[in-house]
Amino acid sequence: MIAEFGHFALTLALAVAFVQATLPLLGAHRRDTGLMALAPAGAMLQFALVALAFGALMHAYIVSDFSLANVAQNSHTAKPMLYKVAGTWGNHEGSMLLWALILSLYGAAVAAFGGNLTETLKVRVLSIQGMIGCGILAFILFTSNPFARLDPAPFDGQSLNPLLQDPGLAFHPPLLYLGYVGLSTSFSFAVAALIEGKVDAVWARWVRPWTLAAWGFLTAGITLGSWWAYYELGWGGWWFWDPVENASFMPWLAATALLHSAIVAEKRDALKAWTIFLAIVAFALSLLGTFLVRSGVLTSVHAFASDPTRGVYILLFLVVTVGAAFALFAWRGPALAGTGRFEPVSREGALLINNFVLTVAAASILLGTLYPLFLDILNAGKVSVGAPYFQRVFIPMMIPMLLIMAIAPMLTWRRADAGAAIVSLKWAGLVAAIVGFGIWLFINRASALAAFGIAIAAWLFAATMWELYTRARTWRGLLRQPRVSWGMTMAHAGLAIAIAGMTASTAWKVEDIRVMAPGETTEIAGYQFTLSNVSDVRGPNYAALRATFNVRRNGQAYTTLYPEKRIYDVGRQPTTEAAIRPTIWGDLYAVIGDADGNGSYVTRIYFNPLVGWMWTGALIMVLGAGMSLSDRRYRQVATADDTVEAHA
Amino acid sequence: MRRLVYVLPLVLVALLGVAFYFQLGTDTQKLPSALIDKPLPIFNLPPIEGDGVVLANSDLAGKVALINVWASWCPPCRIEHPVLMGIAASGVAIYGVNYKDKPDDAKRFLTQLGNPFIAVGADRDGKLAIDLGVYGYPETFIVDANGIIRYRHAGPINKVDWEQTLLPIVKKLQAR
Repeated sequence: MIAEFGHFALTLALAVAFVQATLPLLGAHRRDTGLMALAPAGAMLQFALVALAFGALMHAYIVSDFSLANVAQNSHTAKPMLYKVAGTWGNHEGSMLLWALILSLYGAAVAAFGGNLTETLKVRVLSIQGMIGCGILAFILFTSNPFARLDPAPFDGQSLNPLLQDPGLAFHPPLLYLGYVGLSTSFSFAVAALIEGKVDAVWARWVRPWTLAAWGFLTAGITLGSWWAYYELGWGGWWFWDPVENASFMPWLAATALLHSAIVAEKRDALKAWTIFLAIVAFALSLLGTFLVRSGVLTSVHAFASDPTRGVYILLFLVVTVGAAFALFAWRGPALAGTGRFEPVSREGALLINNFVLTVAAASILLGTLYPLFLDILNAGKVSVGAPYFQRVFIPMMIPMLLIMAIAPMLTWRRADAGAAIVSLKWAGLVAAIVGFGIWLFINRASALAAFGIAIAAWLFAATMWELYTRARTWRGLLRQPRVSWGMTMAHAGLAIAIAGMTASTAWKVEDIRVMAPGETTEIAGYQFTLSNVSDVRGPNYAALRATFNVRRNGQAYTTLYPEKRIYDVGRQPTTEAAIRPTIWGDLYAVIGDADGNGSYVTRIYFNPLVGWMWTGALIMVLGAGMSLSDRRYRQVATADDTVEAHA
Repeated sequence: MRRLVYVLPLVLVALLGVAFYFQLGTDTQKLPSALIDKPLPIFNLPPIEGDGVVLANSDLAGKVALINVWASWCPPCRIEHPVLMGIAASGVAIYGVNYKDKPDDAKRFLTQLGNPFIAVGADRDGKLAIDLGVYGYPETFIVDANGIIRYRHAGPINKVDWEQTLLPIVKKLQAR
């Protein structure tokens, strides 16, 4: 009964989205306030209805209602409650419903917090959100109904893939979707601006907080996914250049570029058409990600059941949404010429380089991801493009960007003295040189490239701190810094810390794979690991082999690690549960493998240096986004005066 | 010229759309069975409990039959079971291969849910499943009157699969 209610609410939501998409747009054109008022009301109502439908599905998961085909295929009575709840979005239908829920949440947020927007712009933004809503809700109702009944209902369900039964992954999709779908708001702002034919400083300031929110969630979502891969897949890697990972990374790069180009559009009235283009591209790449995961055109570890009908629908949705936006762009874009003059050496010049590098990076990842597909279409054979391509292409592009990124905040708008800026960063340069040479000389196995990577991270970090110092000078000055500036400092410093982590954990990872009998000891990175015993244990819905490693350092007991190898009762799929002991300088990481039949076990022990810096750095970046968002300037009604101040 | 730059994204999206459309038809996940149009492997299976031979190649000779690989511990098998009952009731011959199961569990499964199989052999060590290249449970094979494998269905058969895919193949083979 509750399921039918949810289905009904979803159908009603589609009708509301349709009204929201059409009548207010007409109203904005005719300046009819009655029709325009339908937009915010529709956005609120659509959110309420989709939330009801989502609640109904979650209820079915919580009470294990196996008369719903979706629940029977993806849940099981013996599953812990957290995973029953998370199971709501751990499958195709439910995750699409989550997508729709978050889309309508952003629509409702624009309706609620968009009080400072001009009325027509707000109404047009909400109308575009309504159109996207129509597309996704129709997709759910016609091809992926989560409320379909199963008759007769089975005794028990088929359970969720045990690899996905993990707290990190329970929250990975919602965060990632908050990012992906959040970019729909930037997209709607771009399309609404094209309809109005006007992109000015005020528009650029409005679009920024929405992009910032989406970017923050996307950063958090990607990080959580990478962290999950690190501790669940059991071999200490954290990024695989898998098509689905790339699908989340490309919108991130585009959104990062958009954040920076919107600043130029606001401050200098330049890069306007480019900013619109990026807003469309960022959401297009999000939709492409959805399409790649859902349609099965590319094979990936993230495979959900593929279904050609769904694939055709999502493709149609993608092409119509993005195609319509780009058609509008082709028509109205040329009229969006900026007034700001561009000097190559200036803050905006540096931001242009940032945009250029990020866009080329996103394009080269897109090329690598789709290349196998094109070859397949041309019948040139099945290939897969692996990590070597991406590393070889991506890393060299990032180096100049990171070098300039440290200098850019020291440059003034319009025309800057690059020489003076670089001279003022001499201390940061010195720090980077000392760190780089120090590592190269004193650390074993330090390749020049790895030392260089750490030096770049040190350069970026020191320069960012120095820039903060030149702005603040005193402790009191520090407190007076606006929150948006804090946001920038945190995001840049966080990236520096994360890059140090990525470089070190790639370059100096130590691994030890061997067959150990209980009682044996192996030494790795100065720690002595003793396999003291291996026993059978029982979890709520799995049986496991649990090893006990006593770790000693310099002869003293340091810690104890308990890696497990689990077999879930349903599906019999084995999973590895690595035991990780994080320290500031690196993670101790132990995995227990198969028994060899003679009382010994395959063990894999890693020392992953600075790997925690990566998650910490990413977390600081996310907090930076939050800090920026909380700045007062995003809540004020922007006036023409604000832009004058920027020129001063 | 300048205008052309603004049209470029639209053109790219259109091209990508066409490329994706053609790729959609081909299923990258599909693993074709190497055994299609090859004879069934030789097998002599004992009953679920006890010794002897209840299911061997000779049992299938001269008729179109389905071979269903199942286990009581496999939830999709439970979901599929009512469909198998329907298929058996329609007169199509189904033989069961009970994969790595406990005899008591397997017997209880068939008593509770009904037995659609003409005969069930126990593949206790999973050897036949390996010969058949089974990688998930359940799996179903359509074998023609000469003992040649003509079709393989991985995963549970639902009503739509049966009516739209498997039944037409069975009818075509029976008509020969």
